[in-house]
Amino acid sequence: MTTQNNSLYAAREPIFPKRVYGTFRNLKWAIMAVTLGIYYLVPWLRWDRGLNLPDQAVLIDLANRRFYFFWIEIWPHEFYFVAGLLIMAGLGLFLFTSALGRVWCGYTCPQTVWTDLFILVERWIEGDRNARIRLHRATWTPRKATLRLFKWTVWALIGVATAGAWVFYFADAPTLANQFLTLTAPAVAWTTVAILTATTVVLGGFMREQVCIYMCPWPRIQGAMMDDSTLTVAYRDWRGEPRGKARDATAGDCVDCNACVAVCPMGIDIRDGQQMECITCALCIDACDDIMGKLGRDRGLIDYLALSDAPAEQAGKKPRPIWTHILRPRTILYSIIWAAFGFAMMYALFIRPEIELTVAPVRNPTFVILSDGSIRNAYEIRLRNKHGEPRQFGIHVTGDLALRIELEGTPYESVEVAPDATHRLRVYVTTPPGGEIAQTDESPIRFWIEDLGNGERAFVNTVFNGTGAQQ
Amino acid sequence: MDEPRIDQLTGRPTMGHEFDGIEELNTPMPRWWLWTFYLTIIWGIGYTIAYPAWPMVSGATAGLLGYSTRGEVIADIADHEASNAALVTELNAADLAAFDPQSDLHRYAVARGASVFRAQCSQCHGSGAAGAVGYPNLLDNDWLWGGTLEEVAYSVRHGIRNETDGDARYSQMPAFGDMLESSEIEALVAFVPTLADADWDSAGAVLYADNCASCHGERGLGDRSMGAPNLADAIWLYGGDSASLTETISNARFGVMPAWGQRLSEEDVRAVSTYVHSLGGGE
Repeated sequence: MTTQNNSLYAAREPIFPKRVYGTFRNLKWAIMAVTLGIYYLVPWLRWDRGLNLPDQAVLIDLANRRFYFFWIEIWPHEFYFVAGLLIMAGLGLFLFTSALGRVWCGYTCPQTVWTDLFILVERWIEGDRNARIRLHRATWTPRKATLRLFKWTVWALIGVATAGAWVFYFADAPTLANQFLTLTAPAVAWTTVAILTATTVVLGGFMREQVCIYMCPWPRIQGAMMDDSTLTVAYRDWRGEPRGKARDATAGDCVDCNACVAVCPMGIDIRDGQQMECITCALCIDACDDIMGKLGRDRGLIDYLALSDAPAEQAGKKPRPIWTHILRPRTILYSIIWAAFGFAMMYALFIRPEIELTVAPVRNPTFVILSDGSIRNAYEIRLRNKHGEPRQFGIHVTGDLALRIELEGTPYESVEVAPDATHRLRVYVTTPPGGEIAQTDESPIRFWIEDLGNGERAFVNTVFNGTGAQQ
Repeated sequence: MDEPRIDQLTGRPTMGHEFDGIEELNTPMPRWWLWTFYLTIIWGIGYTIAYPAWPMVSGATAGLLGYSTRGEVIADIADHEASNAALVTELNAADLAAFDPQSDLHRYAVARGASVFRAQCSQCHGSGAAGAVGYPNLLDNDWLWGGTLEEVAYSVRHGIRNETDGDARYSQMPAFGDMLESSEIEALVAFVPTLADADWDSAGAVLYADNCASCHGERGLGDRSMGAPNLADAIWLYGGDSASLTETISNARFGVMPAWGQRLSEEDVRAVSTYVHSLGGGE
């Protein structure tokens, strides 16, 4: 038997998810409201940091190389905090996937949330599943054109709002909003908004499940994250099969009403078993529970289910309680590692000094002999003041009593560092000829800085290079 | 090769090839993927037309947009120079004698001077300005012609022993090999390194007073107005060992330096002088 169509490429089959009511749909609405609310509103939160610093609660200030998150301010050299957050995000995904399968995909992935929003708009404008299918098949009439244009316009507006909210994270939101309104925003802002508007509309409006199936790497990685104790959306085929009419006493519980298929945003039939396309959004559970309720049968023909429970259930035993699927050695281990990173970062954050220094000994040359024979080393020192106001930093050196310190360009042993800034200066350490430290190849020394305002101190260890074996 | 057929188990068409009973199913790619692929090809062709791409016998196609990385660098440099123009004007007008080391202008001059130094000065004075035998160390506090910013700038501008600049620094030391006996030179070589706490009754002391003190000073502290080095300090430009001193006294040493005022812009002369002055030896 040869196939009629053995093309290597297939057109997208349009999907018209039906409106569904139920527990998981309500949960998804709530999560959508919270996540979108956070996304759109956070740039507008204010946080007073004093005169010299931006008052936006969450701001990625690329030009000044600062990341502000409420009371936390991250400098570029503290990027490990961001790396730590990414590690935690990764471990969090492992944790949730091993316990609940693709719960990220089904509830919180931006692709899912925005697609859900776009489908909501589509339903408001074009009607529910059947109306949309009719409209899709209809020839182009003024009514169809009007509906389509209206839908695309609303999509585009959502896209603009989405892209607009994104750029507010990178600049002062009220200022930039005003610049947009007066058409004076920088070119990079307009370009970013244009690109993100386009991607939002294309990915959320037109690509939808294609993104998950063909573009996203995560579904492939899931396989390694899930095991047979993982709760996923599944069909109790031992209860549902054989499918038949409701009044057919020999048939299983499944009445083959296709409700689960009609609501699926991925266009699959969950009764075929676990499949890569399934994002476990659980809308088929709601759809099926609704039908089972109307038929007076138990809910849960389609349900969150672990593969390992299937044999027991088929044998008529009760499934293990849900918590035993969630609290397993694997998930507990993930939680512990996740929490360990979290606590380590919190600890690092709280012991983080407000003043810092780094010292780079000048190695070219390692030392200079002065006219009286003294040995002098030079150091490039960077002082960091994380306070919102200028601070006077005193600089000292310890390690040997014979060491004298001098600062380039000033007779004093202190410098003023501007608020929230780094100050670079050249520092000299000199020792008279003949002393032990002058004749040692390398001696450990320590630079101290002291905030002369509040006495806060910090130090860095380095070395003093003497003449060593040369003389 | 078999004809494609429908696989009984999955209901999907096969690709028509089979190996050891294993058949590949046809799982069609989405068509938009194919179109995206074609689009990237078109984009690629357009890109090679718009930008320099195709190698020719000599060079490459220039591209319709006329872009070149070299041109971008030139534009970048021009942008920087435009944005620094105000600082340059300020630097050229600055009074070097009263240059505030904490000022932004001073910071700019040091940064600019550092790059001038690396390009123009490091060949002789070393990239770290530590010098070499015959090329002064600019990090220490020993200066032949003075270490204030103005004096450094003068040396940079007019050079040392440079005949093309009438204002160049000149120092003249006779070659004593023609004027003194070798035993006398030996006596001087023995005496000079002890100048800091000298035995003024030695034979060397008399020879020193007669021949050297007029320029290097009675106590060997040198004379900056003549560029005569301080002989009582720990720094020897050409080496302080007997062989080096014998050579220096016998034949004299004549270091030279270009008159950078002829080659560098005024702001670069000022910047590099400020940089050298800020390395630890500045007075």
